Amino acid sequence: MTIRDRTAIVGIGSTPYYKRGQSAPQTMIELVGKAVLAAVEDAGLKISDVDGFAYFGGGFDTPALMETLGIPEVRYSAGLTGTGGGSAGTVGLAASAIVGGMAKVVVCVGGLQQVAQRYGTFTLGYEPTAENSFFLSAGLVGPGHMFALLARRHMHLYGTTREHFAEVAISTRLNAQTHPDATMKKPMTLQDYMAAPMLADPHCLYDFCMESDGAVAAVVTSAERARDLRQPPAYVLASAHGGAREWGRALYWMNMPDEVFASSGHAAVARRLYEMAGVTAADIDVAQLYDHFTSQVIMQLEDYGFCKPGEGGPFVASGAIRFDGGSIPVNTDGGQLSGGYIWGMTHVREAVEQIRGTAANQVRNVELALVSGGPSSLPVSGLILRK
Amino acid sequence: MSEEKQSSKKDVSASERPVPVPNADSRPYWDAANHKSLAYQRCDACGQVQFPPRGHCVHCHRGPLRWETSAGRGEIHAFTVIHRAPTPAFRAAVPYAMALVDFSEGFRLLLNVQGVALADLRIGLPVQVTFEELSNGQWLPQAGPVS
Repeated sequence: MTIRDRTAIVGIGSTPYYKRGQSAPQTMIELVGKAVLAAVEDAGLKISDVDGFAYFGGGFDTPALMETLGIPEVRYSAGLTGTGGGSAGTVGLAASAIVGGMAKVVVCVGGLQQVAQRYGTFTLGYEPTAENSFFLSAGLVGPGHMFALLARRHMHLYGTTREHFAEVAISTRLNAQTHPDATMKKPMTLQDYMAAPMLADPHCLYDFCMESDGAVAAVVTSAERARDLRQPPAYVLASAHGGAREWGRALYWMNMPDEVFASSGHAAVARRLYEMAGVTAADIDVAQLYDHFTSQVIMQLEDYGFCKPGEGGPFVASGAIRFDGGSIPVNTDGGQLSGGYIWGMTHVREAVEQIRGTAANQVRNVELALVSGGPSSLPVSGLILRK
Repeated sequence: MSEEKQSSKKDVSASERPVPVPNADSRPYWDAANHKSLAYQRCDACGQVQFPPRGHCVHCHRGPLRWETSAGRGEIHAFTVIHRAPTPAFRAAVPYAMALVDFSEGFRLLLNVQGVALADLRIGLPVQVTFEELSNGQWLPQAGPVS
């Protein structure tokens, strides 16, 4: 029994990628609803066909969505635990529901609206607890600070440099410049990168993803049904989520042994993903890697086997991730660094576009597209779509 | 640029800084800190050390666990310098250094490094534990130069 190749993403929809706070006065549920309706329309389905939801990071209020969108009955409503790690894996969750016969049309949806609490300082939104007492009082309040520690260790172990981080930022910005939905279009040079304010050394402003509002939804159904719908299906070749104990609580713990400390925490999931798919990194044509931080893109390239551990810096310096001439174009829509940050879901959307051949920055001859969920506390996740 | 500045200032607005919340597992750690002592758990059954403190041994699940006092010596495993304060409570301290410190007994803590010039921070730098008083009278383990 496997979910391999049994389902497909048949519709995608999104709101604009607003700058933080600019989505007002729309409420979060309105943004989510708009993305869902757009995805269903894109699929050529009716909203009343939807009978399931697959979430991550807390998800949304299913009956509120049913009420506001007109969904008569739901047979599946579940989510991956954790925070941003599960974005790509929601598609696997949807696939397992469909293959298991629990539902027929499952919507995967993610949305953000950082009005009340900025994600960059999310720990301040928590009540102090016994668990977070070990880092809150020292002033470590956001992922940018936490991943800066990992980036510093990666530089120490492997000689990774700020120029390597800059290459990720610059390559991604170039892609944003030619994507209609991307937010940041101002050209970025290495000089611009080096002149940017330092936030949490070695992370400067351009190493951090944007802060956006918006929602993105994907409709998943069986491979059989997918063939009859409006769009070319993006078949779910494989999806996996979870991860190893050594990475565990990641940001909230950081006791990881060196083999995983200077990494993205994805190695265990990547292994299972490729095993399920029956492919290797060499077979992937385009990759949407969760870019909350440039340093973590480098570490995901290592964990997903595009280069050896520790070699991510020289790998990107060689031009490998560039849309123009790269062996593995990465974040072709401008990513979360420059396109829009909807907690990993823009990467799912872009991967589907690449498979369909409709992407603004279309890579030639795409057969397989990889998507990673956010490096964070477990579960992390991955997804491989095929044409 | 910041490397030319002095080491991190301590004068954070104490009234706004989050204060620790002990629970049954961690209370001995926070109580020891109030006596300027750095405490950690060791398992009587397997001899391994663990942090954060738990009610059982995370290695062998047998225990019992015993609290020991650290010599307070360690070295920096990773560090970052925060240049943009996330909240007003930390604004006065910017730029401040945070580090994961590996203590010689085999456990790792996240601490501010104080009294060390930012330019001198490096992975492998030996440090020793210091203690800083918070607004509610709780003392917080931090790290400083080896004396």
